[in-house]
Amino acid sequence: MGKIVAVTGNEAVAEAFRQVNPDVCAAYPITPSTDLMQRFSSLANNGKVKTEMILVESEHSAMSACIGASAGGGRVITATSSQGMALMWEELFIASGSRFPIVMALVNRALSAPLNIHGDHSDGMGARDCGWIQLWSENAQEAYDNAIQSFRIAEHLDIRLPAMTCMDGFIISHSIERIEYLDDAAVKDFVGEFKQTNPLLDVDNPVSYGPLILTDYYMEYRRAHAEVMSKVKGVVLDVAKDFEKISGRKYGLFETYRLEDAEIGIVVLNSAAGTTKDAIDIFRDKGIKAGLLKPRLFRPFPYEEVGEALKHLKAVCVLDRADAFGASYGPLFMEIASSLYQYGQRPLMMNKIYGLGGRDYMPDQAEYVLSDLVETAKSGKIKNIREYIGVRE
Amino acid sequence: MKQKGWKELKPGAVVTEPGSALKFKTGSWRAYKPKWVPENCIQCLFCWIYCPDMSVPVKDGKRGDFDYDYCKGCGICALECPGKKGNKAIVMEEEGK
Repeated sequence: MGKIVAVTGNEAVAEAFRQVNPDVCAAYPITPSTDLMQRFSSLANNGKVKTEMILVESEHSAMSACIGASAGGGRVITATSSQGMALMWEELFIASGSRFPIVMALVNRALSAPLNIHGDHSDGMGARDCGWIQLWSENAQEAYDNAIQSFRIAEHLDIRLPAMTCMDGFIISHSIERIEYLDDAAVKDFVGEFKQTNPLLDVDNPVSYGPLILTDYYMEYRRAHAEVMSKVKGVVLDVAKDFEKISGRKYGLFETYRLEDAEIGIVVLNSAAGTTKDAIDIFRDKGIKAGLLKPRLFRPFPYEEVGEALKHLKAVCVLDRADAFGASYGPLFMEIASSLYQYGQRPLMMNKIYGLGGRDYMPDQAEYVLSDLVETAKSGKIKNIREYIGVRE
Repeated sequence: MKQKGWKELKPGAVVTEPGSALKFKTGSWRAYKPKWVPENCIQCLFCWIYCPDMSVPVKDGKRGDFDYDYCKGCGICALECPGKKGNKAIVMEEEGK
């Protein structure tokens, strides 16, 4: 079953897309996702997939073509990063509001200006409220696994929402790691056939998409969308269970690491979780009860489960790889704070902004955060509720 | 018509019934109302051709009075109307007068 390979994150997700063999792909190249789409378009050009590649003149057109293809009845994919995601902005809402289960690989990158091409979560966080499902991935293996699972989640008949799977630009997209690929047949069976409900190309049953909905019905459609979102976490868990059967790899709404008996904890997304786990091991060896929570499903955010997993801690630090200018805290912190707010007894909380524009997140930064947490838990006082780490003064 | 609750809506606001725009009456948007003056009408049907909606009913090749359920008062019919001997067969009147 499957095979073990050494590939980059981009290569792994392109392989997942090859195995799924979607009907249509419309994309426009942008670093660091360019390499993913270049690989996939080579597969299409060499007849390795039956996918119709639509080469467009911008990301605005790419997402528009994805929407059209999905309305038509196809299984549709795309990939982008940063400014490309920003240019897709209005279409992201159209895709989700029309309930088109488009799957997108988002290779996270900082937003301009100043121009920067490196890993940063500003793009994904900017699109967090656009009605898409978001799965975040620590490494290339998770990016590959999430990409495959996202088809099942997005296309589930109770859901039918677009999904984006996120991985850190360059840090994961361009680094070679050991990956376990599944068999083509296993992936094909897992994702199954896609059948669009009410496709535009069913000429015997004509339908219209995109009607004008004014004050009399808009709010009801939004309420219905929220209801669908509330069902996503159940589907994510069911799909993860099925995925474990074919892969042996376990997935949940989030990953916890040495958290159960922990007194202090770090919450962090994507690749920085790996470095943080190493620092936690060092602190554990010193007898300090430290743990980690790494969200996987960021949209919809599983508030109850995250709150339950963190409520016993004395102190929590949330690391954000995206700033929210003018907001009180970083975007991940606000979710974690909301998850814990309802508890009378809750951990002391702090927020640290790190790694913007691909700035390396080093083990000494993780150790600094853990030391701060130890001190906070001991003294009961927060020294810096919000600070930037790894920045020159 | 009783309005539906959010649980009764079709996913993605898809419209599965062809021609259902008939049920969406837009006449209340109107600020000016076209008035048909039959004695000046030469039945050229320019108004029927130019009407962006379906406010000019035609039967047996001849137009009848306006269907105000769909007329938004855009005034295109009045502008295009050639009338008879310089007298328009369609004139715009302010609503509520």
